[in-house]
Order: sequence, then C-alpha cells, then structure tokens
Amino acid sequence: MKSKTVSSRIQDFGALIALVLLVAVIGIISPEFRTVGNFLSLLRQSSINGFIAFGMTCVILTGGIDLSVGSVLALTTAFCAAFIKGGMPVGLAFILAILIGIGFGCISGLLVTKGRLQPFIATLVTMTVFRGLTMIFMDGKPISNLGDSFALKFMGKGNLFGIPFPVILFILAFLIFIFLLEKTVFGRRVYAAGSNPVSAKLAGVNIDLTKLTVYAISGGMAALSGLILLSRLGSAQPTLGTSYEMDAIASVALGGTSMSGGRGRVWGTFVGVLIIAVLNNGLNILGVSSYYQDVVKGIVILIAVLSDRNR
Amino acid sequence: MQIEVRGINKSFGGNPVLKNAGFVLDSGEIHALMGENGAGKSTLMKILTGEYTRDAGTVVVDGQEVTYRNVQEAEKAGIVFIHQELNVLFDLTVEENMFLGKELTTRFGICDKGAMRKECRRVLDLLGVEINPAERMNRLSVGQQQMVEIAKALMVDAKVLIMDEPTSALTQKETEILFEVTRSLKARGVSVVYISHRMEEIFELCDRITVLRDGEYIGTKKISETNMNEVVKMMIGREIGERYPERKAKIGDVVFEVKNLTCPGVFENISFQVRAGQVLGFAGLMGAGRTEIMEAIFGYRKPVTGQILIDGREVHNSSPEAAMKNGIGFITEDRKVQGLMLDQSIAKNISIANLGKISKHGVLGKEAEDRLVKQGIKELSIKCFSERQHTVNLSGGNQQKVIFAKWIYTDPKILILDEPTRGVDIGAKKEIYSIINDLASKGVAVIMVSSELPEVLGMADQIVVVHEGTITGFVDRKEANQENVMILATGGKIK
Ligand SMILES: Nc1ncnc2c1ncn2[C@@H]1O[C@H](COP(=O)(O)OP(=O)(O)OP(=O)(O)O)[C@@H](O)[C@H]1O
Ligand SMILES: [Mg+2]
Repeated sequence: MKSKTVSSRIQDFGALIALVLLVAVIGIISPEFRTVGNFLSLLRQSSINGFIAFGMTCVILTGGIDLSVGSVLALTTAFCAAFIKGGMPVGLAFILAILIGIGFGCISGLLVTKGRLQPFIATLVTMTVFRGLTMIFMDGKPISNLGDSFALKFMGKGNLFGIPFPVILFILAFLIFIFLLEKTVFGRRVYAAGSNPVSAKLAGVNIDLTKLTVYAISGGMAALSGLILLSRLGSAQPTLGTSYEMDAIASVALGGTSMSGGRGRVWGTFVGVLIIAVLNNGLNILGVSSYYQDVVKGIVILIAVLSDRNR
Repeated sequence: MQIEVRGINKSFGGNPVLKNAGFVLDSGEIHALMGENGAGKSTLMKILTGEYTRDAGTVVVDGQEVTYRNVQEAEKAGIVFIHQELNVLFDLTVEENMFLGKELTTRFGICDKGAMRKECRRVLDLLGVEINPAERMNRLSVGQQQMVEIAKALMVDAKVLIMDEPTSALTQKETEILFEVTRSLKARGVSVVYISHRMEEIFELCDRITVLRDGEYIGTKKISETNMNEVVKMMIGREIGERYPERKAKIGDVVFEVKNLTCPGVFENISFQVRAGQVLGFAGLMGAGRTEIMEAIFGYRKPVTGQILIDGREVHNSSPEAAMKNGIGFITEDRKVQGLMLDQSIAKNISIANLGKISKHGVLGKEAEDRLVKQGIKELSIKCFSERQHTVNLSGGNQQKVIFAKWIYTDPKILILDEPTRGVDIGAKKEIYSIINDLASKGVAVIMVSSELPEVLGMADQIVVVHEGTITGFVDRKEANQENVMILATGGKIK
C-alpha cells in the first residue's frame, strides 16, 4: 500500500532499532566494546554466520529450510584441508571446496524436489550423513599442519585497506544477494516458489529448478564460511560448524523473513546477523557466562519473532 | 428479522472504501446488493457480521442498535454469512469442514460421528447434491466446494442469510436448486441478502435491489418497478449498451489442434481444432472434465496420451513452462490456489508470467516492469490504491482482472480461458470481452471454457460441448441456442 502506517514502518525497521539499542546499551556499559578494533573483529566474526545466513535466506524464502549447513561446512573444510596437505595449490583447493559444497547442497535439493521429502526431513538426513562422513573421512581427528601459504592465511586473517578480508567478502556477499533476490528473474522465482508454488508453476516458473538452486547456493555459502574458519584455525576439525544452522536460522528470523516462505529481505538477515554477533561479542566482553548467553539470545529472538507476528 | 445499516464509513490504511453506505433489510425478503467490483459490497457485509470494525455508522437489528464483535456473535444472533471466497480446509473431509468448531458430541464429550454423518447427509440431500460426506475437500470441484459452504450455512438455524456471489461456480441446475432452497427459506420468514453480478438471477430471485457505487449508497428499488438498464446505470453511472461487443476478427488457418487426447478415467478421445482469430467455446456441466482437459494441454496434468499440434507441428507440453514456450497461455478457473500469489503485490503477480519480457540476461528492468504493470492496471481498470497492494486485499472481481493482466501480455498464440469472467461486474465483463476480441483480431486462437451459457453463446464462434469427459457435439454460432447446447451437455442427442 502506498501510505504505510507509522506502526508498520517501525516494524519494518524493528530489527534495525533493536540492533542500535543493543549496540548503545552494551557500548555505554563497556568501553572495551566501543572500540574500532572490537567492531572490526565483531564484523569478522559475524561474516562466518553471515555467509550461511544469506544462503539460508534464499532457502527459507522458497518455504524450505537447510539444517545441513553445519555438516556441509565441516565436510568441505575437511576435504579442503586434505587437498592442501596433499600439496594442491591453496586457491584451487578453495574453489574445489566451494564446488563440492554446491554439490552437497544439490543432494539436499534433489531430495526435496525429486524425492518429494519435506525440507526439514531431507536436510536432517543430509546433516546427519555429512557429519558422519566427516568423522569417517577424518577418522575423528583434526587435520592440521597445513603449511604457511599466504592465500590460506589471508582468507581469514588478512586485511585490505585496514579492513579484514572476511568483512570485505561479507559486504560483497550482502550486495550480491540483494541484487540476486531483488533485481533478477531468479529472485522473483524464489519468492514466487515460497508464496504460492501452484500459481507460480502455472505461470511458467520451474519450481523444482528454483528450489534445487537455493539449496546449491546454501551449500556453496556454507563451504565459503568453512574456508574462513579453516584459515583462522589453521586446521580442520571434525566437529566444526556444529549447530551453526541455528544461528543462521535465528538471523533470518530476526530479519523478519517469514518461515513459511514468500516474504522477507536480505537486509533484514544482514541486520539479524549483526544482532547475533553483537550479542555474542558483547555478552562475552561483559563477562556473562555462556549458559546465560544462550538464554539472552533466545529471549531476543523470541521478542523479535513476536513483534514480527503482527505484520 | 429486520436490519437497518446506515451511514457506514470505512477506510483501510487511510484509503476510504465505504462512504455513507447502507441498506435496509426487511424480514422475509430477498434483497439484492449490487455494485461494480470494489464497490464495497463484501466489505459492508463483513462490517455487519463483525469481521471488520466500522469507522462510523449504525447497525440496527429489530429496533436495537448492535455491534457484533466477531462472526460467532453474529451467527449466534442468527446472521450467517457465506463468503465470496471459499473458506474451506482442503485437507479435511466434507463432514469435518461442515462441523468445524461446532462438532456434535456424545454425552461423554466424544465426537458423535454417526449423528454428524446423518446431519451432513440431511442438508446435502436438501440441496440435492451428490457429495460423499467422507470425501476430502480437495477432491471436490470448486462448485461442489461452494455447495458444501452453502450446506454448512443451512445447518445453522439462520434468521438472516447473506450469500456473496454463491452461484459464480455453480452450474445451472445447481443454481436452480439453490434458488428453490432460498425461496423456501424466505417462505419460512428468513431474510436473505444476495450479492451477484448476474443480472438475470437477481431479477428472477430478488424482491428489492440496493446499489452501491464507490462505497456510497446510491438507492434501493423494487424489482417490479425497475429494469436492468436502470440498475446498470445506477451501478456505473452511465449506460452500457450492447453486452457482447462486436468482433471483427478474421478467422484464419488452424493454429492449434488436439487429437485423441485421453487421460483414463478423466476424459477420453478429445479432438478439436482452433483457428487464428477464432473463439472456441467449451460448454458443459460443472465436473464435465473441461478444466482437466485444459490442464492437460497446458502440461499441468499427467499422464495423457494423444497429440497436440501447433501450426501443424507436434509439441510436447511436459510442464506449464514448456507450454508457455510453445505459445500457450492459461487463465485458470481458481483464483486463490492457482491464480494468484495472495501475499504478493499486484505488480509481482502480473510480472511473474512475464519475467522473460521484462528482463535482460536474467536481470529485471525496473522501467519495463513498471510500464507493464501500469498498462495492465489501466487497460483492465483494476481498482486499487497502488500497484504494491497485496492481491489478498482486492475485491474478487479485481483479483480476476489481475490474473487476466498477468496473461494477456505474454503474447500467446493460443490463450485458454477457464471461466474468465467469474465474479466480474457487468462493465468489466464487457471490457474483458473487448480484450478477448482484440486478442482474436491480432490472430490469437482463443479457447474459452465457461459455465455461463449466455456468455458462451454470445462470444464463441463455435461451441464444443463436453459431457462426462467426452465431446458430445460441436455447435456453430448460428445454430447454437440454450436448448441444443444443454441437451448435449447433459448427454442427450440432437435430432
Ligand atoms: N482488508 C483490506 N485491506 C485493504 N483494502 C481492502 C480490504 N478489503 C477490501 N479492500 C478494498 O476495499 C474495496 C472494496 O472491496 P469489496 O471486496 O468490498 O468489493 P466488492 O464490492 O465486494 O467487489 P467484488 O464484486 O469484486 O467482490 C476494494 O477496493 C478493496 O481493494
Ligand atoms: Mg465482493
């Protein structure tokens, strides 16, 4: 509608207001929090969840969900570490890892489209299987001593013009996803598939292909996120990425995207990712014990989702 | 029960929809409420029955001012409203739908299935329809679903019954049954509000007419003291002239041909041809299989045997996407499930079938999209506040126009229309007929499925009659009349 009411405007920016309030409150309490250095490291931390959350946004917009992201991340990182240890050039190993991530996403996508499984079930299956495969592949042990290639270090720890490289990638991904979802035919199809698949199909939208693509994207983004972790940790761990799907889904929900699909925005997810990051970082700095951190996070998500319901 | 509704104002988000609207319903009368699409008929009824709140105005029932806070309260007072858009739960059975929220229970608080089955059968028999109470709702046709909704209302001991376009999905026979039931209700002292765009029905059934225009009360007339022209003039503020505009399209070569299309158990041996510039009507009773045939042609229903030829070349429409690439467009019968994305804007609904046209290398052109959407809203006179309005908030007829707008710009060679004017007002109907004529003039082959016989007779160059999944006859425009088409539609033979 042309003339939006004031209250719906506020709700549009609800997540943003929450973010500003959080930053202000924590900033006032803690001088340590409000430094440029801390903000940059906060952004760098948020990029890991951010990549996954952008992929997740696409999946959720089609009315699906991807629980397998954490496991895809673990398995692709394991492969990547093994490639590098085996002497493959780091750049090539990175690209291969992302392609493999896309391939894993396609498996979930095929289970959903051709297998006609509920997305929750399909990705619960792939989540479990991929985690198991990671354990088998790594024999339950980390893969470390990956050498000290520049590219490997730069991915997670490097700076460009004083800004951490992962942050630059994060902003870039943000812009690309905005473009993808709001300005392209593919984006329209994603929304249509989530809004009313029957009507969309009758309007000539290939629903299966659209869904397959979003799971592929989600897999690829999970792999990308894993590469940052690999670089920062200097090793691949079999339990890497466990329960990362939760933070990603929470970010999407915080951003106001409807869990039944068809409605939502990437910038909302962006803000959601920042809220989660500020909570993690701020509560740590304030010395809140991790048990309480989870409770606080849960409550913030609850408030956000409740306010979303009136939309 | 006597109801006086006066001076009602209502706006949505600052946009006024009702301005001093109202009407007076006497006890034991059948009162028609008329007006163009978006005039505010449904909104007025929703205000009366407590679904929406009013900004101003009074509702007086039997001399007492009332405000129902919700539909349940209105129902308790004896006012039952059958909505224009079906309110059914598709995964539940007919029976479960009818008793939703008012399940009959035994003394021990357990659902009394036997009693519910009996009651369900009783009202369905009253309506003379053959529907199995244990059937799932989604297995019924739209018309059958509508009959279930009407049956549901009959279960309640109503003093006032409001029907919002009840017949738009019904066949002639069912309409007649509904009229009989309505008249017997009236004889028992029940008052009926009857909303419809079908002039003939109104003049056959109703006692008085109230007309709304742009949310305003225009006037009330006794049926015996008015005529169709006067009512139309009240509705749209001017005369409308000929109902079916003249078509000057030249009929060309055969562009589309179907040979022996068969889907076992649904339809068999369907063969027909359509020429460029021709409008081929498909008549038949509800459930005759016409929609299914069209869905099969459009690649939405599988598996089928037989051949589909476009310009003499065989094509395989394995999906709607493929069918569109082959030059076919399909305006579906059902709005809510097949036609629209209700939680999306008018703009997005129109563009979804035109993505190729408004994009380059997969990137949407904002200007191209704007132009397309504006053109659609203008040419079809879709009544809305903005193209960003969600389609769920549009009046029924305007929703239909959005679906039309979505398809006519896809430049189809063959356009299939399934009940294209369902729920559309008389002025807009004429606009839609003109659009169909324009498309035909441009050489589009049009297939028009319609259960409104006058419409098929008025628009089609040739009529294909379908009965229980087979074609029982082809009738040319010159020879076609109500009788011979109805005989074929019911499985009879013309001597
Ligand atoms: N919930 C809503 N939010 C915003 N606008 C609404 C809402 N409900 C109705 N409208 C608007 O109010 C106007 C009147 O709608 P209404 O459904 O009452 O028309 P109608 O007379 O029943 O038309 P039709 O014959 O097409 O069914 C329309 O312009 C519609 O867009
Ligand atoms: Mg209406």
